[in-house]
Amino acid sequence: MRHIISVLLENESGALARLVGLFAQRGYNIDSLTVAPTEDATLSRLTLVTHGNDQVIEQITKQLHKLIEVVKLTDLNESPHLERELMLVKVKASGAARDEVKRCADIFRGQIIDVTTSTYTVQLVGTSDKLDAFIQALSTTIILEVVRSGVSGIARGEKTLAL
Amino acid sequence: MTSQTKQTEMLSGAAMIIRALADEGVEYLYGYPGGAVLHIYDALFQQTKVKHVLVRHEQAATHMADAYARASGKAGAVLVTSGPGATNAVTGIATAYMDSIPMVVLTGQVMSHLIGEDAFQETDMLGISRPICKHNMSVRRPEDIPAIIKKAFYIAQSGRPGPVVIDIPKDMTIPSQTFPYHYPSEVKLRSYQPKLKGHSGQIKKAVTALLAAKRPILYAGGGVIMGGASKELTELAQLLNLPVTNTLMGLGCYPSGDKQFIGMLGMHGSYEANQTMHNADLILAVGARFDDRVTNNTKKFCPDATIIHIDIDPASISKTVNAHIPIVGLVKPVLEDMLELLAQKKKKLDTAALKKWWQQIDDWRALHGGRYDNAAPMLKPQYVIEQLSKITKGNAYVCSDVGQHQMFAAQYYGFNKPNRWINSGGLGTMGFGLPAAMGVKLNYPDEDVVCVTGEGSIQMNIQELSTCKQYGLAVKIINLNNGYLGMVKQWQDMNYESRYASSYMDSLPDFVKLAEAYGHVGIRVTEPEQLIPALERAFALKDQLVFLDIHIDPKEHVYPMHIPGGAMNDMFLSKTERT
Ligand SMILES: Cc1ncc(C[n+]2csc(CCOP(=O)(O)OP(=O)(O)O)c2C)c(N)n1
Ligand SMILES: [Mg+2]
Repeated sequence: MRHIISVLLENESGALARLVGLFAQRGYNIDSLTVAPTEDATLSRLTLVTHGNDQVIEQITKQLHKLIEVVKLTDLNESPHLERELMLVKVKASGAARDEVKRCADIFRGQIIDVTTSTYTVQLVGTSDKLDAFIQALSTTIILEVVRSGVSGIARGEKTLAL
Repeated sequence: MTSQTKQTEMLSGAAMIIRALADEGVEYLYGYPGGAVLHIYDALFQQTKVKHVLVRHEQAATHMADAYARASGKAGAVLVTSGPGATNAVTGIATAYMDSIPMVVLTGQVMSHLIGEDAFQETDMLGISRPICKHNMSVRRPEDIPAIIKKAFYIAQSGRPGPVVIDIPKDMTIPSQTFPYHYPSEVKLRSYQPKLKGHSGQIKKAVTALLAAKRPILYAGGGVIMGGASKELTELAQLLNLPVTNTLMGLGCYPSGDKQFIGMLGMHGSYEANQTMHNADLILAVGARFDDRVTNNTKKFCPDATIIHIDIDPASISKTVNAHIPIVGLVKPVLEDMLELLAQKKKKLDTAALKKWWQQIDDWRALHGGRYDNAAPMLKPQYVIEQLSKITKGNAYVCSDVGQHQMFAAQYYGFNKPNRWINSGGLGTMGFGLPAAMGVKLNYPDEDVVCVTGEGSIQMNIQELSTCKQYGLAVKIINLNNGYLGMVKQWQDMNYESRYASSYMDSLPDFVKLAEAYGHVGIRVTEPEQLIPALERAFALKDQLVFLDIHIDPKEHVYPMHIPGGAMNDMFLSKTERT
């Protein structure tokens, strides 16, 4: 099953390498990974999407906990949560395709954020599923480039992952 | 100094390193100098509190520190230079990591401004050591050194212990740049707070299950030794009349001479220990981790057993085998809590069931327990170990290398005290034995310290005979010389129709002459009747290193041995018998 794990990590050099190394070393999957500092400059917030059976996910969270720089973590799947991913797609936009891309972007509530005579760059925010669906909706022959940020997640309601 | 506060001392980074080690209580620093650490060596030279031991290869420095930790429970300390000095230490760091041994390794590094430029003797030691240590850090500012060293010892020795590496760029140690020195008395980390006490509800559940058990077994590992909980474990076992088995790492945590001890378990465990495990209805696992050398095929593992698992590391619980009653905590306080609960409980043990269980165990014991064929004209390794145990009254520190000799020592020495059986269990590092024995002998000069080794393993760190001479380390080397990489040969006999691909070593040195060349005493034993006099002479020479080159039967195999893919109780019992 797909899990979203949120981690508060000491913002120290080497901490991220240690965390990523753990996944490589123990053969766990990383489907996506985002990391950036938080409002507290000493902490990084990291969102990691992985998959595996319950036993594997349990090992992943336990092994992450063991890393000295991991301050706190939570498996977002354990309670209601929100997830968002940002995607930039550069597409060929000439002739009839130009209108078609615009319509499609509107349907998905994407924004065209860069325009040339022959291309559009569309920005789209949503769940990973929605981004997948947008790519499906475009004809593969017109896609020039896809950039995805990876998932960021947060618990719904009053629950927080903070110090 | 009366009411005035003491003036803060100003020290260079190099001097701070040595002072911090002294303040941490480090007596010996094992190491080898080189360009990147010369400032530190100069600081060492200018004081007397921390004594440096100059090895002949950095790997030996790490094993010495490691073995000191295994014997004393306290972290050993190592100092090596950058580049090759650091990479030579890698095997020792990994060895300590696999067995959860506390150790602090200081590695030199090139100047900060050269890092990343492929400078002379630059290696990314943080990158290399990351997957084989509990934690690593680098020094960015000299004034942080005392806090970093304190943190390193704290992390190494708390929770599940392990090695910690500190990488120190040379410009952090410049003698002319001084900083205020203050050694912190404690460390608090918001991201690392190991759990100490076990969950009381879980402990209650465990005690109830133990009292209800009809076929219980206590399976105790290295965690009991490093956790200093042998006394509590022994008390609990005797209170509940539990059969006790030890892992390779746990030997000595329960007295092997006691009737409740049923031997080591696992791949080369005793027949009775593996049978008792397999047929148990309750397993109390303490400081052990159900590793593959214990469980055999986990799918067939102990089908009837409810498992209680006490461990400091939550990640060790339900990793390979599911635990029904997990208890996370230090083994000592958890066992103390269990003992206290048991003292209050009115419910009695099921003595009738236990009596029947013991009858069954005694039958298994009578059937196969620890026998070997001593009839051949050549010396048998098992017999050598038995005689070694006799002459040292089962009280020596036995430091082993890796191979058949290691298993014979584990099976036949009979350890009665914790911290005396010192071997590389997790990584299985050939070359560990001699430096390990040196580390113990240096710290326990009045004790008998033995290195049990093979002609293969001893040659992996034989250069240390020179270090032994320099520091007067009178260890006794028991070289069980079978002329083969015996454990490899055994697998080739069993799985490759005796095709001995590179397991025979031609051109072995004359070990007696070699020992003499290094300034020690060498004795060769080729006939059975020479053994006892040779052992007597070796142990009578209190102040001498004695190298006993003992020629043993090269055809001997280690039994029992798990049948691959089988259950705990599927074993080869000899070359012709199996379960
Ligand atoms: C550094 C290292 N290399 C290789 C091995 C694989 N290995 C395990 S036991 C063994 C043979 C050891 O031979 P020896 O020291 O003579 O002991 P014996 O088995 O003959 O008693 C080997 C090569 C190892 N454990 N460690
Ligand atoms: Mg050999």
